[in-house]
Amino acid sequence: MLHEAEEKEEETVKGTKEAILEVIERPGDNRTEGGREGIGTRALENKMELIGLGLSYGDRKVLEDINMPIPARSITAVIGPSGCGKSSLLRCLNRMNELVDGARVEGKVLLDGEDVYANGFDVVGLRRRVGMVFQKPNPFPKSIYENVAYGPRLYGVKQRKVLDRIVEESLRRAALWDEVKDKLGSSALSLSGGQQQRLCIARVLAVQPEVILLDEPCSALDPISTQRIEDLLHELKELYTIVIVTHNMQQAARVSDFTGFITIDEQGSPGRLVEFGETREVFTNPKEKKTEDYITGRFG
Amino acid sequence: MKPHLKREEKAGPPAPVAAGPADPLRGQKETVVRWVLRLCALVSVLGLFLMVIFLFRESLPAWREAGAANIFSSEWSPDKGKYGILIFLVGTMAVSTGSLIIGAPLALGTAVYLHAYAKPSWKRFIGRGLEVLAGVPSIILGWLGFTTLVPLVRRFAGGTGMGILPASIVLAVMILPTIATIARDSLEAVPKAFAEASLSMGATRWQTLRRVTIPAAWPGILAAVILGLGRALGETMAVAMVIGPATAFPKNLITPTHTLTTKIMLEMGESTGVHRSSLFAMALILLALSMFLIWLVRRLSAKTIKGTSGGAFYC
Repeated sequence: MLHEAEEKEEETVKGTKEAILEVIERPGDNRTEGGREGIGTRALENKMELIGLGLSYGDRKVLEDINMPIPARSITAVIGPSGCGKSSLLRCLNRMNELVDGARVEGKVLLDGEDVYANGFDVVGLRRRVGMVFQKPNPFPKSIYENVAYGPRLYGVKQRKVLDRIVEESLRRAALWDEVKDKLGSSALSLSGGQQQRLCIARVLAVQPEVILLDEPCSALDPISTQRIEDLLHELKELYTIVIVTHNMQQAARVSDFTGFITIDEQGSPGRLVEFGETREVFTNPKEKKTEDYITGRFG
Repeated sequence: MKPHLKREEKAGPPAPVAAGPADPLRGQKETVVRWVLRLCALVSVLGLFLMVIFLFRESLPAWREAGAANIFSSEWSPDKGKYGILIFLVGTMAVSTGSLIIGAPLALGTAVYLHAYAKPSWKRFIGRGLEVLAGVPSIILGWLGFTTLVPLVRRFAGGTGMGILPASIVLAVMILPTIATIARDSLEAVPKAFAEASLSMGATRWQTLRRVTIPAAWPGILAAVILGLGRALGETMAVAMVIGPATAFPKNLITPTHTLTTKIMLEMGESTGVHRSSLFAMALILLALSMFLIWLVRRLSAKTIKGTSGGAFYC
């Protein structure tokens, strides 16, 4: 119902895409599953891809004609000034925007080449494959253990042994195990903000997603917690495809492999993708004047 | 989702307000205002206090002359000196429970629907309906119950058609908006972030409700049901019109009986002495029941405020 594929948009899409393809070589279906030796030398595949993506809430257009790849097993940062629609963009990737009344999506979002907005696409399955970590840590008002076990329980895992193993493994991967292993039964709300955010990451990892979306995951955290989360992201990208929305440009520069810059022309107009490329390129040698202005702090 | 950014009108800084000469009586005025307002606020508590004292004093002859054993017995024949109120107590409990059995599931279903499933237009439509239903005078519900519900029950179940069943149905309609509104409010009070986290992990709406939102809102939902029960306990008019009445234990759901409220209403005008005093004793017991329920609600809401970290939430 939200999906409206429009033939004619395809053509404009191709034009914009060429610019992107110059930056990122994409070997089509020639998928490589193994390790990676740094950007540029490895063959890249796109885990997800946005094609002519538009979003409106009621009459208000929030995003327009976004074309952007999300390379597999790397970190893609989406940066832009407040209100440019970058969080909304993230929520298009796991169809969380559907929860907003009056939200309408145009264009396509491909996950492994399949349009997630196609009729009959399984939303529950999508959200299992594309997990999300929110701006403000939002653990459930349950125990630490139950927070991590929540997803597996949803999918019908009941055996205590299996759950125990998943909980431990997920907490280890989220670099939280050592801090909480002796108090798995206490409330998740007793943890510090940074720990809560890592718990939320562990909760997402427990359902073994393929993509993890992070919506300004550090904006509510102190510098040390932020550092820990960033280190964690570095480790996680070996296994997962990560998309992070941030208004902190240093963070984008520090953690991401690719960066997309979104901005709006004026208050109230829809957000558009100005530039997408390797992070190093975008930050050191931006192609667009707008990007340069933004990252050098001239506006935003 | 980011909140919509409103375009801000550019305006100069507000003009400074000219400071007038200081009012020499400013302090005294404040004191007067505080005391006037404090008195307004005290009236309600004072009224309650006097009410309890009055009920207690008026019921004293009954406790003293008939005795508690007599009052908590099952025979009510004031002319023979029997003041047993058990029939009415049972009647009150039965219609209140009955109304909850019928009304609470409907109300909770409504609350959950409005919270999690309804589209805005449906929300408005049903929300308004609840508001209006809450405002319908009980005499109208009782009258409709008497003219339509009772004949219906009579036709299908026989007997007089009066009794606990029709009373429970009428009360269910009365308490439905109370329970639905408060339960919905407590569902809405659960931080949206919890539901979002659950949905983003691939939970369905129902899984999210069952595993996250409803457990977190549970104390509030219980409070809603209890407040509904309180309303059912105290309702008189609507019940009196469909319950019979008769001073007898109900044999089944459709034999006439009595409740505390209906008995008091029907006999208050023609009673004297210990008989009258025993009616006050019934009123006192009814008040004690309602106060107990209020206390229960307070305890439950304290639990909600304490945070959702209470043990009850580990599921």
